[in-house]
This record gives sequence, structure tokens and C-alpha cells, in this order.
Amino acid sequence: MISIDGLHKYFDNLHVLQGIDLEVQKGEVLSVIGASGSGKSTFLYCINGIEPVQQGSVLVDGIDVHAKTTDLNKLRQRLGMVFQQWNSFPHLTAIQNVALAPQIVKKMSKSEAIEVAARQLEHVGLGDKFNVFPNALSGGQQQRLAIARALAMDPQYMLFDEATSALDPELVGEVLDTMRILAEEGMTMICVTHEMGFARDVSDRVAYFHEGIVEEIGSPEQIFNEPQSEQTKKFLAKVR
Amino acid sequence: MFEYNFHWRPVFKSLPDLLEASITTLQVASLAMLLGIVIGFILAVSRLRGNGSVYWIATAWVELARNTPALFQLFFFGFGLGALGIHFSPYAIVLAGLTFNTAGYLGENFRGGFEAIPPTQLRAARSLGMNSWQAYTRILIPQVIRIVYYPMTNQFVWVVLMSSLGMLVGYRELTGETQFFASKTYRIFEYFAVTAVIYYVMVKIILGLSKFCASRFFRY
Repeated sequence: MISIDGLHKYFDNLHVLQGIDLEVQKGEVLSVIGASGSGKSTFLYCINGIEPVQQGSVLVDGIDVHAKTTDLNKLRQRLGMVFQQWNSFPHLTAIQNVALAPQIVKKMSKSEAIEVAARQLEHVGLGDKFNVFPNALSGGQQQRLAIARALAMDPQYMLFDEATSALDPELVGEVLDTMRILAEEGMTMICVTHEMGFARDVSDRVAYFHEGIVEEIGSPEQIFNEPQSEQTKKFLAKVR
Repeated sequence: MFEYNFHWRPVFKSLPDLLEASITTLQVASLAMLLGIVIGFILAVSRLRGNGSVYWIATAWVELARNTPALFQLFFFGFGLGALGIHFSPYAIVLAGLTFNTAGYLGENFRGGFEAIPPTQLRAARSLGMNSWQAYTRILIPQVIRIVYYPMTNQFVWVVLMSSLGMLVGYRELTGETQFFASKTYRIFEYFAVTAVIYYVMVKIILGLSKFCASRFFRY
């Protein structure tokens, strides 16, 4: 379980997160929607400790992410993260991209890591691209590579930061399909997304972020069909 | 029209000595390059991540190395320190001067290389649980090497050619040796013409090797 309690985050004078309280249960898919600058991505970065926080706490399976004594490198093995810019490592082939972290972080043997990597690449539909360098892959394929890379660490949670925003429209589908498969397999996921269709169909709950707070949270039906807050209504009217 | 008679024989007689001196040139240039790479890397990291005196020392080094004549830098280690009673051998003067100069140039090359890599690469590596050392050595530095490889080759060529300044502080590398024979025989043009060819061939070999290595190392 991930539980976030009274989370505040500043960039200098900019108050980006203004007191977030949220809980994500095992097996749940939470979509986070909201306008640019509402703090959605920062929120994800605070969950895996890439960004420090000024107030409040994030507990991942009871471990305080921002406590000084927490071994973040160890904790991050539980939290797979996929970025908007897919960030494949250009100097490594697809299979090396995926096998590297299991090998050097989890200290798997090389053959074991390759085996895990092969399984994950097949999982995301890149079974025929093992020895291809990222520059020969499309954006959608690179993003699926990034998903496989995160999955190879056998995470308990997956964090998606606008995983499809940087993709050409015709490539969005293949990435969303991969995310759908993960959701169906029971992966706990937090997805910051602009894909309202995905949020509606796949999530268990949807949170609408507005100016650094959770303006409204509920089931997809409630958020999309009967939004309570004026802000939510305005936002949804714009993106529809 | 002009009455100069070429005499190549003395040059060819001393060719073994010239070739031996060219090995000396390559040795001092290679060592200066290696030291330059190590120091240049430290300078780059100091300027990117360091603060306070670390940053300022590195910046002063880079500024002096890049914005003053290489010859003056050599003279500093020779006559400058000599005036203060610190005496180096000609070899040490050349090595120190070349290293100082090259480290400054490479420092800026490396800094540019690091800045060319999107900061999100580091984020992605850290988010997989890699510690900072792993992220640098496995993800960032291999990409930096790719970016700075050809500028680095250029720099090495530059060091080889610049080592000819050694002549002016009494070091018998290729140019120093050439000067020695030229003034003994007065066949100045002939000696320097042949030496120019030797430099040319050395540089061509370096460039060829560099290209060959690149084709083996970089597959993307």
C-alpha cells in the first residue's frame, strides 16, 4: 500500500503540492488527471523520492520514502517508473537496457538477468527486438521498452508519468494496451495521464488534481459522469 | 633563379635518429594525453557539480589553459618556475605544459559531453534503483565517451603537434632532434621537410587507429 499524508512540495517559492492525502491499495489502478502545472508529475516524483518534500510523508509498504535512514535505491526496486520521455539508454541494445538493472542492482547473474529481460520484452511485444539499439525503435516501441525495463526489477508498484504524451497519435494505442495488460494482471499502478479513455476504462479510481491539491477523487463513473466539483466539471468540459 | 642545392643525404643518414625521436614525441604526447584525460575529467566534474574553491580552481585552470598561448604555458613551467628556483628537466617541462594545456581543453570537452545528455537519463537510471556511481559509470559516462570521442582524437593530434614546442625548452623530441641536426649540417630545409612528413604520417596513423577503434566500440 502507498499512503500519502499531508504532502507539501515547494520549488523555491512555488507551492506545487499543497497538502495531498491519498491511499493506493494493492492491486488498485489510480489515474491522476488534471491540467499542466497542477502538480501531477511532481506528485509521482515525490513517491519514489526523486524529488524531496518539505512537509508530510509518503509511506510505501510502511517505509517512509523521505526518511533520512531509508535506502532509496532499495526502495526504488519496489517502484517501477515510466517517464514521458521514454529515456531508453541509447548505448545499450534492447535486451541490455532491460537486463542491466537486474544485474547490477539486484545482483542477478548475467544469464539470469538476460532471461528475465527476454521474458519482459516478450511481455510488452518486443520479442523480436532483443538486439536492436533504441534508435532503431519507434517512440511507442521505446516506451514499451521502458515499461519492460521497469518490470524487470519485479516492482510492486508502477508509476506512469504521462507515458503516452510524447508519442505520435498512432503509437499511443500500443502503449496503452501494454498498460491495460499490466492492470489486468493485477499490478498496482498510479498513472498520470491525459488519456481520458484510459482513465475511464482501466482505472479503479480517478483523482483530479487542481493547483496542487486533490480536488476530487472517486470511481471513474463518478468523476466522468457526475463530477461534484466545479473545477472538475470545467476541466472535463475542456478535454472532452 | 635560385641557387640552393638540395642535399638529402645527411637527412637520410640521421633518419634512424629522427624516427627514434618521433617515438619520444609519441611517448610524451601519449602520457600528457592520458594525464589530461584524468585531470580533464576531474575539471569537468568540478565545474559541473563542485562549488566554492573547487569550482573556482577548475575554472581558473580551464581559462588559463585555453586562453593563453601554449608556448607561454610551457615557458611558465620552464623559465617561470626556474626564476623561482624550481627547476624541471626539459622532459618534465614539456610533460607538465602539455598536460596543463590539454587538461583544460578536455575539461571543456567533457563538460559539454555531460551537458549534451538529457538530465532525464540520470533520473531514469536512479529510478531503477541504481546508485549514483552505477548511474554514472554505466549510463552517463559511456554516452559521454561517445560524444567526446572525435574531439578527443583531435585533441590528441593537437598534443602530438604541439609537443614540437619542446624544442624551445631544450627537449630532444622530434622537432628538437631535427633542429639539432639541422644546425649541425645547415640542411635546414631538408631536415624540416622530412620531419614534416614524419609528423604527417604519425597523425594519419593516429586518425586511422581512432577510426578503427570507433568502428569496434560504437555500434549505435
